[in-house]
Amino acid sequence: MLNNPSSDEIVEMFRKMVVVRAIEERLGELHKQGKTRGPLHRCDGQEAVGVGATAALRPNDVITSTHRGHAHYIGKGCEPYRVIAEIFGRASGYCRGRAGHMLVASAEHGLLGGNAIVGAGIPIAVGQALAFQLDRSERIALTFFGDGAAQTGVCHEAMNVAALWKLPVIFVCEHNEYGLTVPAAQQSSVRDLAIRAQGYAMPGMQVDGNDVVAVYTAVATAAAPARRGEGPSFIEARTYRMVGFSTSDLGGYQPDSEIEAWRPKDPIARLRAVLAAEARPGRTEALEAAARKLVDESFERALADPLPDPAELAAGEYIKVG
Amino acid sequence: MPKLRYAEALNAALHEEMTLDPAIILFGEDIATYGGIFRVTKGLLEAFGPARVRDTPISEQTLAGMAVGAAMVGLKPVLEIMFADFLPLTLDALINQAAMVPFIWAGQVPMSLVLRTQGGGGSGAGAQHSKTLDSLVAHVPGLKVVTPATPRDAKGLLAAAIGDPNPVVFIEHKLLYNTTGEVPDGRFLLPIGKAEVVRSGNDVSIIANSRMVLESLKAAEQLGADGVSAEVVDLRTLRPLDHETILASVRKTHRAVIVHEGWRTGGIGAEVAALIAEEALDCLDSPIRRVGARDLPIPYSAALEAEVLPSAERIRETVRTLDL
Repeated sequence: MLNNPSSDEIVEMFRKMVVVRAIEERLGELHKQGKTRGPLHRCDGQEAVGVGATAALRPNDVITSTHRGHAHYIGKGCEPYRVIAEIFGRASGYCRGRAGHMLVASAEHGLLGGNAIVGAGIPIAVGQALAFQLDRSERIALTFFGDGAAQTGVCHEAMNVAALWKLPVIFVCEHNEYGLTVPAAQQSSVRDLAIRAQGYAMPGMQVDGNDVVAVYTAVATAAAPARRGEGPSFIEARTYRMVGFSTSDLGGYQPDSEIEAWRPKDPIARLRAVLAAEARPGRTEALEAAARKLVDESFERALADPLPDPAELAAGEYIKVG
Repeated sequence: MPKLRYAEALNAALHEEMTLDPAIILFGEDIATYGGIFRVTKGLLEAFGPARVRDTPISEQTLAGMAVGAAMVGLKPVLEIMFADFLPLTLDALINQAAMVPFIWAGQVPMSLVLRTQGGGGSGAGAQHSKTLDSLVAHVPGLKVVTPATPRDAKGLLAAAIGDPNPVVFIEHKLLYNTTGEVPDGRFLLPIGKAEVVRSGNDVSIIANSRMVLESLKAAEQLGADGVSAEVVDLRTLRPLDHETILASVRKTHRAVIVHEGWRTGGIGAEVAALIAEEALDCLDSPIRRVGARDLPIPYSAALEAEVLPSAERIRETVRTLDL
């Protein structure tokens, strides 16, 4: 199938999901030790959406991300070391430590960028897509947002403009069942958000967001018409937020039974089983060990890096003219 | 030099810059086929085509976000927001997105976007179409805020705003569109961030912006007849504020009256007054005074609106209260 990932791509998606999980777990440990700063929004259990969707893009395509973006960042090709450096406010971070974990941008990777205002990245992606329509570069803008952001007015406005102007944008709704503490059923008038696509005359797909191959295929299916100038698509990827809203979240509102029901659907465990069934368990284990080692080394290196020099603030608020 | 209307001067700047740079695109409500409700974009659809000059749905929040996204990947969008009163709909894109990008992303991408809008009262348009909200955006680091008072400045500053790699909120005034003045032919750029002394005087500095520059000049003429020599400083840009020109004028005249059409409380006049108090208090022979709109929503009835908005007469009365 044209829109399915190759076996090499599947292995690479597995590796990236393991990298993201290892980052999240290490962040959780460091938070418990009081060694992190500010809230951190982990994406444990949701890795397949960010990694699968970005794997179906080209390097020069762009994405907008959310406050829960680590899988998007790593998926789009950012180095774990520089992402971690940014999370820890180091001068070696992608934004010199100015952004923190929610607002990371890396222009060279097409990560433009993290966003901590729910829904705000959606019209930004539509504007990026307008630029790509005009320069005829066949590039795509893909916007990640959650089921909470799907309830913002700006999401609806942006879907309308994108479809009206046939812009090359893919709306990826990473449906993790919660907007901070409030479940989706208490936020949305409809359970299946993909049906909203019909109201804007664009294709809508619902996909298992814990199946990285299914996510890849859905995005590849949406990308082809977008590159041909046929306009946007909407993908609702159903997943689940395993570890709460953020490190400042006291919890208690996600029922244990619900969490336990999702645990067997873990996207990494599922793909590990598939790869093992294809008789390459040794290779999978080695790959996993290498990914975790990369993350460990990235943490050591990033944490040893210096903080930015406050003297650089003297350069001021603007990009220099001319 | 040819005489142009303020609206024509803006149109000329758009036309000339778009001819030179294919990255410039225009979008907004009623700007393409109709040419804008104040005719600023008239003829540009015919000149540059529907890909670069676009009518949009009534979706200000998304339009502003789109301008941010387009700018990030190299376009130079000029977005028209029909009334400054609609600026609140765009504030997330301006304050949380556009203003943040240059600094927080450490200069990785350009943010060359211009949000054109127009504000001000005096036309009987009521409380939701008459406000002056320039101080609201001038509060925000990362934004530039330009409020031209004359056709010449409108042209030169709009051209500069389009070429600037930072986001610029460009606020026109509905009662200025039909004012005329000499405007240089051909490409013309004025520096953003520079105020201008538009009338020289010795007894008081009247520091104003946008349409209040014209009212201040009227007041200055009347004060001249009263034997008071008033200098008028046009701020032109509210952010970054030209400290040097303001302070030089006050150090010369020893008195300051600041005039703007926005509300007095928290208005740009408070910032200018604080600057003078911090940097030039020892030069002052009289307390600093501010003239602004009264702290009320802009009422519809002519009798009420005239009471709320500042005028040449109120500027003159305020100057007369100084120790001259």
